[in-house]
Amino acid sequence: MNRHFSCLALIACVGLGSFARASFVVEVTRGQTEAIPIAIVPFSTPAEAAATFDVAQLVSDDLARSGRFKTMDRQDMIDQPHTAANIAFDDWRRLNNDYMVVGSVQPQGADHFTITYELYNVLTRQRLLGYQITANRPGLRSASHQVADMVFEKILGIRGAFSTRIAYISVLGHLPLRTFQLIVADADGENPRVVMQSNEPLMSPAWSPDGQTLAYVSFEDRLPTVYVQTLKTGERHRVSAHAGVNQAPAWSPDGKKLALTLSTRDGNLDVYVMDLATQLLSRITDDPGIDTEPQWSKDGQSLYFTSDRAGGPQIYKTGIKPGDKPRRLTFQGSYNARPRVSPDESQLAFVTQEDGAYRIATMDLRGRGDVQVLTKGHFDVSPSYAPNGAVILYATRDKGRGVLALVSADGRVQQLLVSSEGELQEPAWAPF
Amino acid sequence: MNKVISIALLIAAAALLSGCPKKHNVNEPPVAGTQVPESSSGGAGEGASTSTRPLDADAANAARGLGEGTGLLARKVIYFDFDKSEIKPEFADIIATASRNLTSNPNLKVKLEGNTDNRGTREYNIGLGERRAQAVRRALMLQGVAETQITTVSFGAERPAVEGDDENAWSKNRRVEVVYLP
Repeated sequence: MNRHFSCLALIACVGLGSFARASFVVEVTRGQTEAIPIAIVPFSTPAEAAATFDVAQLVSDDLARSGRFKTMDRQDMIDQPHTAANIAFDDWRRLNNDYMVVGSVQPQGADHFTITYELYNVLTRQRLLGYQITANRPGLRSASHQVADMVFEKILGIRGAFSTRIAYISVLGHLPLRTFQLIVADADGENPRVVMQSNEPLMSPAWSPDGQTLAYVSFEDRLPTVYVQTLKTGERHRVSAHAGVNQAPAWSPDGKKLALTLSTRDGNLDVYVMDLATQLLSRITDDPGIDTEPQWSKDGQSLYFTSDRAGGPQIYKTGIKPGDKPRRLTFQGSYNARPRVSPDESQLAFVTQEDGAYRIATMDLRGRGDVQVLTKGHFDVSPSYAPNGAVILYATRDKGRGVLALVSADGRVQQLLVSSEGELQEPAWAPF
Repeated sequence: MNKVISIALLIAAAALLSGCPKKHNVNEPPVAGTQVPESSSGGAGEGASTSTRPLDADAANAARGLGEGTGLLARKVIYFDFDKSEIKPEFADIIATASRNLTSNPNLKVKLEGNTDNRGTREYNIGLGERRAQAVRRALMLQGVAETQITTVSFGAERPAVEGDDENAWSKNRRVEVVYLP
């Protein structure tokens, strides 16, 4: 009967209990001249709490990694005030800071802390934010990301994405025996947790819209199978194990359907939509070429996808109702593939070929369809938007190794996230 | 104004880990799936440990007495040009030998594993790998092999034969492996 939906329970404790070691070292490869100068002054902290966590450093790292801020080095700070009364605004202004954050961390009982912080406009001396956050010891990190989120949003008017998570594939070891891990980590690469591990390839992690569940492709049976795994419980369902190709899962915006790629017996790949409750499939594309890499439009009525029906791979969009005809979107260059829609659907990110190299490009979806190539690498693939749309996470290769990188959606800021181990592939940024 | 707003934080990490004590060695995460019970409604192999590998091509062929080092049967890999799925003339003998072998052993089954180099997007490469496997499948069927004797799988760029980011590695990775099933 329902063999494609049988439940594999309780990988949770195995998976979530194991921690990968990779965390990222950020190398800014292309900076932004108009980055906003800000000073995050070290918070006054009792010795006990100081040994636990440096809140100001994490806030500073988050803001610097966004590419939108230039954070002041601590050794350049003339003073370390913790409250407004002690801020010599003229001095901080002379050091070219537009904004500054001061604060403190106070223990509350045995294992709880109160973070108090204030954001000031150095020029106007106006207080822009003043908050207190309480957290227990392991919560200090996420509380600090929250501080960074609030500062980011207050100054730029864009919701911060520092408290979100990412998923990616890490490949450990070398041929012939490699280990594939599906990892979920904080957006800064910290707290990496292995949620699935196999000696056969894992591919294409895709977040459900509520951020609770990942769909992915596993070759653990040496055949491609699409699984859906709930992160908190580790409960796993096999949702597609048809003969041939089972690939490229993508959640509909309401989380009820999965677009995916299946093949006929003679190897023709087409895009289908599966109703997750009923398992019923509807065929969306019907063309002898390769149709794959589907992505939903925001309204859930259309799919963007890659097709080589016209020769090389190009990006198309089609409605999902019977009779809807695909419309080609990309015309520039001979290779445009793997579309990802920005959160507000103003932009499409995809992989394009330029001078024999594979790079991340964007297309304007609201205007004339202008294309901008954002990156300069040779193996830049798998773009994934941050949930605020400000940056795109992607996979590239650096010195023969798979690494992750970030580029701002306007292409002006670019960074390499160098991990301590593993070949990193296919990053997928979780929703808010 | 001096209003200080308090925010009670939900500690995601604590919640996530509450049911899962950190008892495993950080350096050696256990293989997921090893504790997964075999589902009664599932097909064979569904709950199989991911660390158990099926026989590789050589071992399977050796087990079937299909020759492991000598003769045309030992050449079981067909290589392709960049972005191409046409079988080059130099591999016609591999196809011919495999066809003879399969037509004279109607119970023999073969799996064609399509692969690409690591350039381009991963999912599109799955399509290219499948197209290469299908090219070999068609060639075998043209020489009389029954459709039921052949299955195909595409690993795209995920199972390279050789690691590396140069043409030397790429040319060895754009391939279809002919795997006789045990």
